Amino acid sequence: MVQLALPKNSRVQKGRHHPAPAGAKNVKTFRIYRYDPEGNENPRWDTYDVDVDACGPMVLDVLIHIKNEVDPTLAFRRSCREGVCGSCAMNIGGRNTLACTHGHDETHGSACQISPLPHMPVVKDLIPDLTMFYAQYASVEPWLHTETPEPQKEWRQTPEDREKLDGLYECILCACCSTSCPSYWWNGDKYLGPAALLHAYRWLIDSRDEATGERLDDLEDPFKLYRCHTIMNCAQVCPKGLNPAKAIAEIKKMLVDRVV
Amino acid sequence: MAEYNFIDHKFDVVVVGAGGSGLRAALGCAQAGLKTACITKVFPTRSHTVAAQGGISASLGNMGQDDWRWHMYDTVKGSDWLGDQDAIEYLCRNAPAAVYELEHWGVPFSRTAEGKIYQRAFGGMTKNFGEAPIQRTCAAADRTGHAMLHTMYGQSLAHDTEFFIEYFALDLIMDEGVCRGVTAWKLDDGTLHRFQAQQVILATGGYGRAYFSATSAHTCTGDGGGMALRAGLPLQDMEFVQFHPTGIYGAGCLITEGARGEGGYLTNSEGERFMERYAPSVKDLAPRDMVSRAMTIEIREGRGVGPKKDHIFLHLDHLDPKMLAERLPGISESAKIFAGVDVTKEPIPVLPTVHYNMGGIPTNFFSEVVTREGDNPDKVVPGLMAVGEAACVSVHGANRLGSNSLIDLVVFGRSAALRCADTIKAGATQPELKASMTDGHLARFDKLRNANGGTSTAHLRLEMQQAMQEDAAVFRTTEALASGVKRLEAVHAKRPDLKVTDRGLIWNTDLLETLELDNLIGQATVTVVGAHNRTESRGAHAHEDFPDRNDQDWMKHTLTWFDDATGKVRIDDRPVHSYTMTNDIAYIPPKARVY
Repeated sequence: MVQLALPKNSRVQKGRHHPAPAGAKNVKTFRIYRYDPEGNENPRWDTYDVDVDACGPMVLDVLIHIKNEVDPTLAFRRSCREGVCGSCAMNIGGRNTLACTHGHDETHGSACQISPLPHMPVVKDLIPDLTMFYAQYASVEPWLHTETPEPQKEWRQTPEDREKLDGLYECILCACCSTSCPSYWWNGDKYLGPAALLHAYRWLIDSRDEATGERLDDLEDPFKLYRCHTIMNCAQVCPKGLNPAKAIAEIKKMLVDRVV
Repeated sequence: MAEYNFIDHKFDVVVVGAGGSGLRAALGCAQAGLKTACITKVFPTRSHTVAAQGGISASLGNMGQDDWRWHMYDTVKGSDWLGDQDAIEYLCRNAPAAVYELEHWGVPFSRTAEGKIYQRAFGGMTKNFGEAPIQRTCAAADRTGHAMLHTMYGQSLAHDTEFFIEYFALDLIMDEGVCRGVTAWKLDDGTLHRFQAQQVILATGGYGRAYFSATSAHTCTGDGGGMALRAGLPLQDMEFVQFHPTGIYGAGCLITEGARGEGGYLTNSEGERFMERYAPSVKDLAPRDMVSRAMTIEIREGRGVGPKKDHIFLHLDHLDPKMLAERLPGISESAKIFAGVDVTKEPIPVLPTVHYNMGGIPTNFFSEVVTREGDNPDKVVPGLMAVGEAACVSVHGANRLGSNSLIDLVVFGRSAALRCADTIKAGATQPELKASMTDGHLARFDKLRNANGGTSTAHLRLEMQQAMQEDAAVFRTTEALASGVKRLEAVHAKRPDLKVTDRGLIWNTDLLETLELDNLIGQATVTVVGAHNRTESRGAHAHEDFPDRNDQDWMKHTLTWFDDATGKVRIDDRPVHSYTMTNDIAYIPPKARVY
């Protein structure tokens, strides 16, 4: 039957306001999505007026400042704080990115809005459930497949062949790309999404890998691969400057090449 | 107290932590047919191994002749003779095979023209027993840890390791000196779990966040060390904290030593390449403890750069931009983001920054945890192993050489798995766990969850971090260390006054950070107490009142026990192993450590 009501927790309420401390000179407002899975309330937008002179330069510094000094209940993931672990991916000012490498002065307007990565179930506050995303990554079998007996030393790979992995292996699995992709929003259960496909291509073109055929067979599917409609949001948001859309196009070319 | 119920699990082996050493151990155990769980507080590829940049050492000899004995000599000398030479021999002999294994799993190493793994120069790595720098550090551009960790996680997906992701380990289940498992809190639904195992392997990393400024991730809170202390076990050589010479000034983010390995150099305010004065033979490629001290002296003597003359410049601007793009792309990006510097045009402002803990849970080279019991300094703690930065084997002694940590992870992760395969029968009956073994875990969890005092977790953490930063720094004095001991006592005394605001159980990061702080406080305390106790200078422990190494009195490992209730520290020691593993190399006797 047609669902006439919005799904649970879709309506986000107006939340609490935390004013800046007296005497703050450089105040910026952050509007942050809050959701407490253990309460009965709908999610809410809390606003925090923050003295950014008291924080470091990045959005993550602001979030940590809020957690340390204003509201310890705010929940978000973070770890390396230098853009390599991929923990603190979130939507900042309407754009998916890493809080740790995104300056708070990079967002324009009077208030900076921060919400979890879009179109994923929210566990709490800025923490999305990435189970499906990880399962899709695992489904491309992200390990080297070989049949030839292993050499005593390393597999030889020319610098030219190694260079083909540049722009691919650097992915940090932050999920900014996949969760910015409208096609992934619509068919996230069947379309693998840009991150998983980028990894699929990373193994497809590794000169050491010997399962190219099987890997391509597995991707030749109306949904897994071909739901990429070259919208290119993935390439636009990738905080590491990678281009998953190009990798996807290369896989499509490989599939064409093997039949012509 | 609220009522808590455990969800029970039974495995042959439980690995806590999913960084390089945890993944390698878990993989090996699964390959050996043991039912293996890997519990981790962050998704595996978020572990801090991901941030390792420069490379992994192994005497492959791809860039010219090399020998594992040379690697061993360098590691012993780098450790200032505090490393155990049987373990160092095990490390260096097994290093090449470990790197080839990683390559076979798919690590995208950079390549030489012949298609071999590319190796770069790193601090303290030399040829022919100290003659001249050598290229021994295998690199995947400057993202070696990232490449390794992602490849190892992929590889573990091909095996039967069961992952428990975003579970925070609380405490070791101890049964009269035997480890029977570990309890954990599942963050996304708030449930508590009891993991029973024949062997628990702690792979929980270092505790860099005990300091205010560290290259370490926010999650580097040494949870395994905290659990070991609460279980009544000692930690070893905790006074040895490595400062990496090149953390970005202000942000503290790492700039790899590989930057100097590829030809970068440091200058002071006079534009002088000052390392030539401190280490005439290897210059900027001296070991980290020496470079950090040299930089600190330059700044102290007024030759620091910047408006406050409080940091140093790292130059890469004379190097070929094409080479920088190929070999050092990651740090070029970090320098841009965190220092606003274009490395092809300007120097990077850097400062020695806390980076690595040589100390940790004492183990033998089978990765089994050991403790001193009476006259036996090598008493194995049944059921418990430790690997990686959490452990102290001790291969790094008083100072670790760059790129020796990544090789430590995989060599000893593998050694733990091999030992499990040798000593454990898959599916063997395990004794029943009693509630009395975990009552204390629940009481602690509940007490902190409901902590309702007047001191926030963030404020107490800051107090601890500032004390460590000021009193247990690159150079130490009796006065500063005594002050550090007092300040840490004060921090411990404020623990009952902690305030946790969030009372929930699902992703309660307020409570999570409090549990982590609790793990940090014990380790910070034994660090300053151990440092205060060691009246000599060795490796990373530079004591200004005792500037010389004193082999007569101090050629020994410090052991420290921490009484959680009173905050008191008990100190004992273990002898440094004055023997190697085999007759293929003789014990390398101590001599003056000059480069």
